[in-house]
Amino acid sequence: MLRYLLNKIALLIPTLVGITICAFAFVRLLPGDPILAMAGEHGVAPARYEELKEQFGYNLPIWQQYARYVGEVATGDFGVSISSKRPVLEEFKTLFPATLELSFFAMVFAMVIGIPAGIFAAVKRGSWFDQSLMGTALVGYSMPIFWWGLLLIIFFSGYLGWTPVSGRIGLQFFFKPITGFMTIDSLLYGKWDAFRSALSHLVLPSIVLGTIPLAVIARQTRSAMLEVLGEDYVRTARAKGLSAARVIGVHALRNALIPVVTTIGLQVGTLLAGAILTETIFAWPGIGKWMVDSIFKRDYVVVQSGLLLIALIVMAVNLIVDVLYAVINPRIRAA
Amino acid sequence: MKKTMAFAAALLAASVLSGMASAKTLVYCSEASPANFDPGTTTGGNDFDASSRTVYSRLVEFKHGGTEIEPGLADKWEISDDGLVYTFHLHPGVKFQTTDYFKPTRDLNADDVVFSFDRQFNKQNPWNGDKYLPNLTWDYYTGMDMPKYVAKWEKVDDLTVKLTLTEPNAPMLANLGMDFASIVSKEYADQLEKEGKMADFSTKPVGTGPFQFVDYQLDSVIRYAANPDYFKGKEKIDDLVFAITPDATARIQKVLAGECDVTVYPNPADIATIKANKDVTLMDQAGLNIGYMSYNTTIPPLDKPEVRHALNQAIDREALIKSLFQDAGATPAENLIPPTMWSWNKDVKTDAYNPEAAKKVLEAAGLKEIQLWASDRARPYNPNFQRAAELIQADWAKVGVKANIVNYEWTKYREEGKKKDRPGAFQVGWTGDNGDPDNFFATLFACSAIGVSNYSSWCDKDFEDLIQKAKKTSDQAERTKLYEQAQVIFAKEAPAFLLAHSQVYAVVRNNVTGFKMDPLGIHRFDGVDKSE
Repeated sequence: MLRYLLNKIALLIPTLVGITICAFAFVRLLPGDPILAMAGEHGVAPARYEELKEQFGYNLPIWQQYARYVGEVATGDFGVSISSKRPVLEEFKTLFPATLELSFFAMVFAMVIGIPAGIFAAVKRGSWFDQSLMGTALVGYSMPIFWWGLLLIIFFSGYLGWTPVSGRIGLQFFFKPITGFMTIDSLLYGKWDAFRSALSHLVLPSIVLGTIPLAVIARQTRSAMLEVLGEDYVRTARAKGLSAARVIGVHALRNALIPVVTTIGLQVGTLLAGAILTETIFAWPGIGKWMVDSIFKRDYVVVQSGLLLIALIVMAVNLIVDVLYAVINPRIRAA
Repeated sequence: MKKTMAFAAALLAASVLSGMASAKTLVYCSEASPANFDPGTTTGGNDFDASSRTVYSRLVEFKHGGTEIEPGLADKWEISDDGLVYTFHLHPGVKFQTTDYFKPTRDLNADDVVFSFDRQFNKQNPWNGDKYLPNLTWDYYTGMDMPKYVAKWEKVDDLTVKLTLTEPNAPMLANLGMDFASIVSKEYADQLEKEGKMADFSTKPVGTGPFQFVDYQLDSVIRYAANPDYFKGKEKIDDLVFAITPDATARIQKVLAGECDVTVYPNPADIATIKANKDVTLMDQAGLNIGYMSYNTTIPPLDKPEVRHALNQAIDREALIKSLFQDAGATPAENLIPPTMWSWNKDVKTDAYNPEAAKKVLEAAGLKEIQLWASDRARPYNPNFQRAAELIQADWAKVGVKANIVNYEWTKYREEGKKKDRPGAFQVGWTGDNGDPDNFFATLFACSAIGVSNYSSWCDKDFEDLIQKAKKTSDQAERTKLYEQAQVIFAKEAPAFLLAHSQVYAVVRNNVTGFKMDPLGIHRFDGVDKSE
């Protein structure tokens, strides 16, 4: 197992190098001089220009610049935002819990509905339920997030009044963040009302963000289950007279889950991409909205470092998935 | 003992909680995050709503809901006969806000007033440049031509300030009611400088206004509390909250659901829904604004007036306005200033739709391609720059001109757009600051505003002479005549395509009283109350 883990970590190194090169090249490949771009319309005096060039290291040969950049990143120095003048890592830390909390609930929503629906569709293969579920999943997968979000707001918040329209928590609740997760912080302060408010604010954005992963998970579970249900050992289990629930729940599901876990891991990238739109509609103060704003503001430092930080997270999640995969499926470890 | 303590704590908690329950909170769903909270350094209406109109006050103020000047921090003032010296007498005993990051030890005095302006132009002032914030430009101070007109600010005594001008300037008093002229605390600035935390001046504001800053959660919520020491009397609402909600549909849904009490800039498509709802009131007013599109008049072939006229003629303006503003309504603009403003010239008409004539001129001029700029932000004078760009693109395609649409986020958009060498046609607009025609003509098209807010880089000698003369005259009849002539020249030279003056709207829940539409395009919460 340890060898397997080390192997996986070793494989991450080239990816990591690739990502730092991408993030580094991003700023240099854009048209225009980065210093002039940062200086804005008033420009900078020639002397000050040289000074800044030296300060940012743009006067060095490109490979030295890269080495310097990697050195900075390795020591945890991700730079200072051009527009807000605050350290990028600090902004990231402030905003990331919001994205993480939303992604977590979106994933829970996708799994809690997607896995049972997929199993049921596989068991009742060809039934009207199966047909309509797979049709719905296709619709879900192709759903434009922006439109879907507004539709849900207008119906559930506007027409029915069941859920709040946007934001993270009711405005009457105001406390300094401890963990940055509203659901956890509200409990730490012992405020049940605030906890309920935070949960109710999570409902619609989680549904919107979880829709695409839900569709993918349901389809993947169904096809994995179908494959497993046709295996000899399932037939044997049935022949032994085990109950249908036991055959499906224990013998089939455990094996069918292996590809599903991989799929779930891969959805993390989809979640972060979807967060960009979802956060904008629901006024959710997370990193998706932060990245989009920074791109428009030409805040190169934020975009470069934000890109790297997000990539690191996706890589970490993929590593965890690989490990889980090995836990569920011992054959992988041996291979 | 332990039990007694616990009981006391519980009692305290209960009383705090009950106190919270009875606090009156007004929630405003605002449209964007403020760049920062120092009104001298920002230019957006959303920046001012969050800083100058809540936290700060000025020497003179605009009457709530109007453009007349009334006393602010200055109880009274005298202007010398030659129009060069303004003497302001400050209201005694005005206190700066006490917050958890600043405790004032003295009342407002003349030092604060002098400092508030000095920092905006004096290069020796440590607050003028990079030491405070990088790339500071003091856009409004420059844009209003203050460096040219202000000779000096002087402290006469603690409660008297003297402003000396280089030449008479009729709109000066109105300028001092504007956001950039907000009075900041010198004592607070000194404290931050000593602590080496100068940047906090822009994130943790201290002023003398009706509300004091409590907290800002990045991109999410701004909280204020009523200033208990406000020199015009404590406000009726206890807490003011700005819930930042960029999506217009979400904003309206929030008001309808009672999650916020006031919001602005509804989508025109939502007007009918709002009108049909019994819990909210749709307030509207003809805006003191203009939507227009600046041509860079220095880059051929746009340097020729006939080419600019032809581009104007190629646009089906009626269809464009209908598509953009829908049911919300807007008045097609004939002049740069709206018809509600004094000196509007009723005889001037802008270019009529005539694609055939336009095509001939444009072909002769050899104009084949043009950049057409659009931003993502809805403004009162143009609810959708992108849609406007697409419609204009289609109209210009019909006369053989290919328009390439250029997009930026709003802040960046204006920064790029005001560059002298920015090519093509730049969609922009203006909401008046002080109700003076000078605020439209000089701010947007004076030669000195090139590179700041003259997006056409247009400098016409005759036009410039007229507006400069009007600025120096205090006789309004005389000024009216001069501005009328300036409008004739503007129509002849066509440095821009004039779109429309829009209606501006606010959506207010029925239990809110005292909220007034402001012709100046700002949103004020002083004097506002809310019943349960």
